[in-house]
Amino acid sequence: MSGAIKLEGARTLFYKEVLRFWKVSFQTVGAPVLTAVLYLLVFGHTLENHVKVYGTVGYTAFLIPGLVMMSVLQNAFANASSSLIQSKITGNLVFLLVTPLSHWAWFAAYVGAAIVRGLAVGAGVAVVTFWFSPPGLDNLLWVLVFAVLGSGLMGALGLIAGLWAEKFDQMAAFQNFIIMPMTFLSGVFYSVQSLPPVWLAVSHANPFFYMIDGFRHGFFGVSDVSPWISLGVVGVAFVAVSGIALELLRRGYKIRH
Amino acid sequence: MQEAAISFQNVSKTYRGGAVRALDGVSFDIQPGEFFGLLGPNGAGKTTLISILAGLARASGGRVLVQGHDVVDDYAAARKALGIVPQELVFDPFFSVRESLRIQSGYFGVRNNEAWIDELLENLGLADKANANMRQLSGGMKRRVLVAQALVHRPPVIVLDEPTAGVDVELRQTLWQFIARLNREGHAVLLTTHYLEEAEALCSRIAMLKLGRVVALDRTSQLLSGKASTMLRFKTDAILPAELQSHARVTGRIAQITAHDATEVESILAKLRAAQVPVEDLEIGRADLEDVFLEIMQGAKQ
Repeated sequence: MSGAIKLEGARTLFYKEVLRFWKVSFQTVGAPVLTAVLYLLVFGHTLENHVKVYGTVGYTAFLIPGLVMMSVLQNAFANASSSLIQSKITGNLVFLLVTPLSHWAWFAAYVGAAIVRGLAVGAGVAVVTFWFSPPGLDNLLWVLVFAVLGSGLMGALGLIAGLWAEKFDQMAAFQNFIIMPMTFLSGVFYSVQSLPPVWLAVSHANPFFYMIDGFRHGFFGVSDVSPWISLGVVGVAFVAVSGIALELLRRGYKIRH
Repeated sequence: MQEAAISFQNVSKTYRGGAVRALDGVSFDIQPGEFFGLLGPNGAGKTTLISILAGLARASGGRVLVQGHDVVDDYAAARKALGIVPQELVFDPFFSVRESLRIQSGYFGVRNNEAWIDELLENLGLADKANANMRQLSGGMKRRVLVAQALVHRPPVIVLDEPTAGVDVELRQTLWQFIARLNREGHAVLLTTHYLEEAEALCSRIAMLKLGRVVALDRTSQLLSGKASTMLRFKTDAILPAELQSHARVTGRIAQITAHDATEVESILAKLRAAQVPVEDLEIGRADLEDVFLEIMQGAKQ
């Protein structure tokens, strides 16, 4: 098969995946924006006058980039995982299984669409929350690099979860017992430097921490660890998770029997 | 020689570490342009065989070629040549009929396919539903869309896995007219069905599967003439003698018994007389595919 035909196949799947969430954007983009705003109102209002981070940054300003990135990550994961599990359970994955699309095409399309969803939700949260308290911008490049790489990593993880789960409750367990704790313990709501040594060490073993911390560095120019270290950790995690996802797709794990 | 449209070569499939054997050394070829029927009772392995062909399942042994392309090693070329109508009534609730067809076309790398999509919609009676969401369609309409999706990339080899299960007469007519036209234009067709009269009317060659093995493989006309070619049909309220009961097909009051020749017909009638079975509306006719099918399936059991 020629390269142009292969590319058209992958492009179509990417387009279909984007169209799928866009058609229900009220749920897939609107709802997560509202959730993030609620977090901001509650935590920001309670803690604004009590907490200063990095010595100078107000709590609400500190919280906003973390909330944006948390929304980016959770929604990138949700896009790939929910699309796959729905197609598996309703049986319409067969339309894709009978096509000549390679595992590379599946990967590129699902992860690509997850990045688009993550960035769309992130932009939505940013637009609404920046209106409350603009956090400033130190380096746009860091912001974009971590948003794209982080949502790509979560899209690949969502692909793995979508292939593995056979039922909606297994998917919910993956989300509630792995994704949620890791996002909450990643320093979205606090600087990990304020933690006792044990929890600081635990946070440093959590790849989500580096995604949030690197992203935040783009706004303030200061962070808990150097953005280069964060970039290294997130990059290695992306390559490792992508490798697993590609291998599972190549083998047809739980989709070709 | 021209490459076979589909070639099954000693295909086997086992589950649970070999405990369950769904397919056991299945081999046959389907020629280009042929209309081929694959018959067998539930659980015979028809859908497993088609799943292996389509890449939905992996064979435990043997191999399958589509126009010479191995379905595992050269899956992209093999799948490009195949159009599969799945047995399950599945659909993507996010899209309209036309969107579904455009997307399916794109997966196969076919862009700007509107003229063919319009022709498919027209021929399958879907033109007025083109912009309806898939969720709004009735079961029969969804089935039509499945057929259109399978044909959207103009595959030279068409596979229909029980396409008329639970489908009304009108759709059956529309579907067979259209598939027969594509077959005349050179597409090879592999059909599995429970409706034996459909297979008899459409397929030039037939394979019968039972418990994962091919138990018959011949031209339809040969199958009909070669095996029990005569059929005795009558009505009775009495119970048939045991030796006839075992190979009779009884539906309510109607009993049907196949025979190979006139001598056998005579012997059956003699047995009925001896057992004093009252017989009404006796007819002697040509056996149809259903009779052949039952005889072969019973033979394979022994």
